[in-house]
Amino acid sequence: MSSHQISRWMCIMLFLFAAACGGGGEGGAVEDDEAGASAVVDPATAGRVSGTINFTGTAPEPQLIQMDAEPVCLEQYDEGPFTQDVVVNDNGTLANVFIYVKSGLEELEFSTPTEPAVLDQQACRYHPHVLGIQTNQTLIIRNSDPFLHNIHPQPVNSRPFNISQPTQDMETERSFPAAEIMIPVSCDVHSWMSAYVGVVDHPYFDVTGDDGAFELPNLPPGEYEIEAWHEFYGAQTMNVTVGEGESVETEFTYEGE
Amino acid sequence: MTVESISTFGNEVDSLFLIILIVTGFAFVLTEGLLIYFLIRYRHRDGSKARYIHGNRQVEILWTLVPGLMLFGLAIYQTGAWQLIRQILPAESEALVIAVEARQFEWHPTYPGADGRLGTDDDIEAPINVIQVPVNRKVIVRLSADDVLHSFFVPALRVKQDAVPGRPISLWFEATKVGQYEIACTELCGLGHYRMRAFLTVAEPADFEAWLAEIEAR
Amino acid sequence: MDSETATISADGHGGHPAPTSFWRKYIFSVDHKVIGIQFLFTSLFFALIGGALAMLIRTQLAWPFREVPGFFPTSGGVMLPEAYIAMVTMHGTIMIFFVIIPILSGAFGNFLIPLMVGARDMAFPRLNMYSYWIMVPAFLVMLAAFFVEGGTAAAGWTSYPPLSALADMVPGSGMGQTLWIVSLLLVGTSSLMGAINYITTIVLMRAKGLTTFRLPLTIWALFITAILVLLATPVLTSALILLLLDRGMGTHFFLPDGGGNPILWQHLFWFYSHPAVYIMILPAMGITSDVISTFARKPLFGYRPMVYSIMAIAGLGFIVWGHHMFVSGMSPVLGVTFMTSTMMIALPSAIKTFNWLGTLWGGNIHFTSAMLNAIAFVAMFIIGGLTGVFAAATPVDIFIHDTHWIVGHIHYVLFGGSLFGVFAGLYYWFPKMFGRMMDERLGKIHFALTFITFNLVFFPMFILGASGMPRRLADPYQYEFLAPLQGLNQFMTYSAFVLFLSQLILIGNFAWSLFRGRQAAANPWQANTLEWATTSPPPHDNFETIPVVYRGAYEYASPLIAEDYLPQHRWLDGATPTTVPQPAGD
Repeated sequence: MSSHQISRWMCIMLFLFAAACGGGGEGGAVEDDEAGASAVVDPATAGRVSGTINFTGTAPEPQLIQMDAEPVCLEQYDEGPFTQDVVVNDNGTLANVFIYVKSGLEELEFSTPTEPAVLDQQACRYHPHVLGIQTNQTLIIRNSDPFLHNIHPQPVNSRPFNISQPTQDMETERSFPAAEIMIPVSCDVHSWMSAYVGVVDHPYFDVTGDDGAFELPNLPPGEYEIEAWHEFYGAQTMNVTVGEGESVETEFTYEGE
Repeated sequence: MTVESISTFGNEVDSLFLIILIVTGFAFVLTEGLLIYFLIRYRHRDGSKARYIHGNRQVEILWTLVPGLMLFGLAIYQTGAWQLIRQILPAESEALVIAVEARQFEWHPTYPGADGRLGTDDDIEAPINVIQVPVNRKVIVRLSADDVLHSFFVPALRVKQDAVPGRPISLWFEATKVGQYEIACTELCGLGHYRMRAFLTVAEPADFEAWLAEIEAR
Repeated sequence: MDSETATISADGHGGHPAPTSFWRKYIFSVDHKVIGIQFLFTSLFFALIGGALAMLIRTQLAWPFREVPGFFPTSGGVMLPEAYIAMVTMHGTIMIFFVIIPILSGAFGNFLIPLMVGARDMAFPRLNMYSYWIMVPAFLVMLAAFFVEGGTAAAGWTSYPPLSALADMVPGSGMGQTLWIVSLLLVGTSSLMGAINYITTIVLMRAKGLTTFRLPLTIWALFITAILVLLATPVLTSALILLLLDRGMGTHFFLPDGGGNPILWQHLFWFYSHPAVYIMILPAMGITSDVISTFARKPLFGYRPMVYSIMAIAGLGFIVWGHHMFVSGMSPVLGVTFMTSTMMIALPSAIKTFNWLGTLWGGNIHFTSAMLNAIAFVAMFIIGGLTGVFAAATPVDIFIHDTHWIVGHIHYVLFGGSLFGVFAGLYYWFPKMFGRMMDERLGKIHFALTFITFNLVFFPMFILGASGMPRRLADPYQYEFLAPLQGLNQFMTYSAFVLFLSQLILIGNFAWSLFRGRQAAANPWQANTLEWATTSPPPHDNFETIPVVYRGAYEYASPLIAEDYLPQHRWLDGATPTTVPQPAGD
């Protein structure tokens, strides 16, 4: 091999090496919006399903999360912080319940929203605790804390990934190509952190907040199975029929001990 | 070592370091000094010629035996310290026994409860990455690992021990000064290895008991 | 007649004519000289990659998580911690398996052994060719690991399980780790092929009169190294296979869920890897001995003690591996035994150092580039060896294990030692390899810059280690007790940039001299060993007639003649191959 050939080969290899450094990582890479036909929902006939998730009985005592070793986080809480696996609102409803249309939309295809969803890590917790997202929709994971978090979701239907965010305001984009109820998300540096991501292939999903209410608007008329999912109390389903322009009120009830 | 030593055997480790520093420092000055001297003194000048000499048996014997004895002596001299630190554990009855489990990327300490024994129902789980011990008391740490290798390094105590999954290992120390010190993981364990940091607080016995009671109550 | 069967005599060359086609001459050659040069070029290429990785590591340690222009596009230019530990892993892996071992054993071993023993080629020329070409898939597989999902291996060059065995423990433990293992299995095969060749050639194909104790130390060192390779490499190969099985076949050699023991890997790995460090230093020691003797114009001081010391280092090298494992959970009793054996292995290295000093004493020293690098070997090896004494001291090692003290120690022996030894060998044997002289002035500038910046980068590591700064931390300054060290780390990083850039001088000198260097004579350094008894470069079958040897390799300043050197093969009145053996010790 002549020195000239060696030098050229060296340059090519160094260039390739420099260009590709970054560890590759295809799991959950961002994909383009699907170019499929998007269902057009006629607003004249569209209905909605809404309601509340009620809770009766006694909820388990929330556990104190001991963030002593992370004072930057701990000092941001006046009291607690407490575990979020069961959060009962003052009005007797249940927060962090994921509601979505489980079946009835099979004939329709929906385009991927361009607006990203956001999962923020702040004061050593995920915000929100339960998040809904559409398949292939961009998820922006942000680190608002000034130290390392890693995002380690464990999906079953998509490739798991594990990516670190060592500095404040770092953002990482990922997406999930397959629907799944529900993907647990955790941080290995702060094991109390927990979130759940529900991935569906349509836009009809909601998460209850501190009023325990949910809403699935702009739903075409038809017969649907609606499912409510809670991380501690499990899933419940309900059949609803939505007439033309009809607004259906319903409620789920979870029982404590 | 530049980190302050606050354990009973830490001073012994430091003085061993110093002894080795003196011995090797002497060897360093001697050999490098001779090297530099020879390079200057025996550099080529017009008409210079080297000595035709192949060696010297006496000097070979000398510089075999002297360093050999010194090295062997150094080894033997240190076995006492090693035995003290690693081979002999204090009796569990006279020490505070804590369990520390290492996992990606946290240290999980557990204290015995009122019954004074670990592994029973009244064990107290301390906050993640927080370990507190009373000053001037022997402490035994039962180290374990949940997933991969980690290593429990407390520079101020001169203590380091790998945590091996599947094999609990005990180490001991006795802290001599009140204060807060850092604990680092020193066995590569993944992407969070650099942030696997815990805090050791050495407290007066009364403060320690108060702290233990407070976390038990949580 | 094919070359494998016909060469157990120094004269025969298997009867095959010299190759004529470009492919047979330069690419698929069985000529040990070409193969040696192939190893040289690919090793130098990998040295650049390994060095670039080192620059990335230093950048991170100076400015953690700051954007690095041109790198890490998927994370906005930031070196994430999983990338940092991959850099650290690959820097070590590449430097050890693709630079130092192939340059010393593969390049110098191949090129020099037949020439220095007076043979026309190796015992098994075709096996020799395979030993190079099996490195090519090894290179490609190791480079491919950078581009697979999860990136390249990130469990350290030491690859301890369970981190290296379980794919979900760190991204690099996916396909990247598998490719890393496969690549090293190929490298090990190459090493074994080479070892078989070197041992056979040195034992059976020496020229007439070249008795055992007339062999130059470069050959002794390469010979003992080859024995180390032969005995130790299979253990690494086995360990790698067991790891591969644990990763993919559900076995539990190293995984505790299922009864395995992670410490078993460490024993197997270090049983090879400790002799491996002697594989990396002994040839450089041999080269240093020959270069120092040549340019001091003086016989090597203590030839037999030097030979016995090499044997002692190699032998003891097999019973010290546990000093990497003092805090691993290994039985503490072994802490005492390994401490003792490790302290003792410093002794033969010390003896060698004294003998190098003895060679310089009373000499007539010429400061060529080769000589400067050989002297630097001695000076830096002293520091590397002495700092190793601290690590051998088990109680002290509790503190400095897995800190930058160890990183400083290993770089003083591997860079300060082996690499300066490589530089010495390059400047010394370049004329023989390529028939041209390298530029001496550029050589001296390269030396000065490298020597100074090397010390500026690596000596502070002992301060870092004594301060408790652990290895492999993507951001050490998260710890309060380490935050004050960032300034020192930045200074080291600036020095490292200059150190890396200084190597461009060597590359430039090397490349330019290949085409434009002054034509080299057969023996430009007026040295004594047999490679200088033929043209520069040698013809295809090395010697017009195989030389006959009348004396040892270090007859400089001999009173028998006017010149200050007396080659091994030069006939003097009354000399026969079995003449009175040279004086053992005056």
